[in-house]
Amino acid sequence: MPSLGADMEEGTLLEWLVKPGDTVHRGDIVAVVDTAKSAVEVECFSDGVVEALVVDPGQVVPVGAVLARFGEGAPSPGPSGTAPVQAAAPPGPQHEPQQGRQQEPKQQPRVQQEPKQRPREPAMAAATPVAPSPLVRRRAHELGIDLTTVHGSGEGGVVIRQDIEELARHAASRPRVSPLARRLAKTAGVDLANVSGTGAGGAIRADDIRRVTAAGAPGTEAADDEVAERRVADRRVAERRVAERRVAERRVAERRVEEGSAASGGGQAGERAADQRAADMRHSIAALMSRSKREIPHYYLSATVDLQRTSEWMRERNRELPVGERMVPSAALLSAAARAAREVPALNGHWVDDEFRPAEDVDLGLILSLRSGGLLVPVLKAADTLDIHQVMALMRDLTRRARAGRLRGSELSQPSISVSNLGDQGVESVLGVIYPPQVALVGFGAVTPRPWAVDGLLGIRPLVTVTLAADHRATDAAIGARLLKAIDRILQTPEEP
Amino acid sequence: MTPDQARTMLETTLREIVPDADLSTLAPGADLRDTFELDSLDFVEMVDRLSTRAGFRIEEDDADGMRSLDAAIDFLVAHASS
Repeated sequence: MPSLGADMEEGTLLEWLVKPGDTVHRGDIVAVVDTAKSAVEVECFSDGVVEALVVDPGQVVPVGAVLARFGEGAPSPGPSGTAPVQAAAPPGPQHEPQQGRQQEPKQQPRVQQEPKQRPREPAMAAATPVAPSPLVRRRAHELGIDLTTVHGSGEGGVVIRQDIEELARHAASRPRVSPLARRLAKTAGVDLANVSGTGAGGAIRADDIRRVTAAGAPGTEAADDEVAERRVADRRVAERRVAERRVAERRVAERRVEEGSAASGGGQAGERAADQRAADMRHSIAALMSRSKREIPHYYLSATVDLQRTSEWMRERNRELPVGERMVPSAALLSAAARAAREVPALNGHWVDDEFRPAEDVDLGLILSLRSGGLLVPVLKAADTLDIHQVMALMRDLTRRARAGRLRGSELSQPSISVSNLGDQGVESVLGVIYPPQVALVGFGAVTPRPWAVDGLLGIRPLVTVTLAADHRATDAAIGARLLKAIDRILQTPEEP
Repeated sequence: MTPDQARTMLETTLREIVPDADLSTLAPGADLRDTFELDSLDFVEMVDRLSTRAGFRIEEDDADGMRSLDAAIDFLVAHASS
């Protein structure tokens, strides 16, 4: 179960799109998983053959749990004929995460990667594969390793599992604590020295802290532990029931849609499922935004930008484009934000453990409001390297699929900076709330014709208010000002790629 | 194209984007984007679908003029043959 968002702890497997014996390729969509926020398509991280589906549809499992076991793409001679997959049974009481998804034995060179048949098209090569896989990120998260500090030895410098495992081995002397566990411990006043970790290699996980706090005192009697365990078990059962009901309801709702009888919100079941989803989403937005306002000292800047040149350029291009591929101003705004973030790296990255970690790429988060309420933030990977046409196509595709509940796991990875574009809602300016651990959020208001001084005369120009909300721990306003200036400059020269 | 045909075409198209769109209760001057909460991407899609249905290319300048129910119907009546 990959992590599909910073706040995700578990997910419900909704549907398998492959079966044992199927040959799969890196990037293929193999399953659909339900998170608190949305149904997400889960991609496969390597080539191989499906050996077994471990989790059944409807089951709720924690992030990191084994969903399926994969073998190598072709029969390889030798004792390990079917693959490097570790046993499914984890040693500890906790789920041993992500064995078996795609790992090969570490010492073994990659061999026999040529698949024999290609039963399905590889998923759209939307993103450059320089971001570590969700599994690697999850593993790093568990081990308390910040990926931005890890030197990747994979293709294109991507961080692979081996990198972090090695790093973890070096750091084995100090107790490993997951970031969430550390936060929980801090909030609850729990001394980490009194907590025994149940994660891999004795790492302290969030559940360990919860068990301790539920028991009343750090490291107490077995009786208390039992009560806590039972409470956790009860909660899991209850949650599973809720999830199962939700799955059943969604099935009904989906069938209705397929039959074409459902417009919006047709049927009680569909409505209840939607209600549950809306409640879950509200909950996770509440948690994240509260954390933002609690932890991040925001500062805000705004600038008005003349979009005359960009609008004219776009209108010109649109005359030649097929009607359905016409560009809208948002594409230029997003593209400008991404390129400006590249110029001001101090705003492009994450605030982790009291320091700023710059991101390698500009992975632009596109904050989308859903018609049913709530938000999703799909990411445009390496957005600064795309031209406006590509940004436009990606934006259209992501928006459509986000609203249809058909985003892929890799598209919900952590952005390095986010954009809130409320122009279509008629908003003049956006004073945003930063998505932690990011350190900046760029806001765009509506593009409207307004009076503007041009060469000493009053003219009517299409203007937009661009805002920046930034984390004052990471930068000062002078740096923020640079980003707004860069956005303005880029929008004055739309013809430059 | 008659105004009724144009209205039907518009409604059919809108329903593909906003499934419960209903034009019957709409004031003639109502803004389509505001009424049906169409964002700029939805509007492009609506114009694209109308173009295909009507059988001619709707330029961006014309599309900008189709914001209200009346304006959209008038435009279709004036430009769509038969």
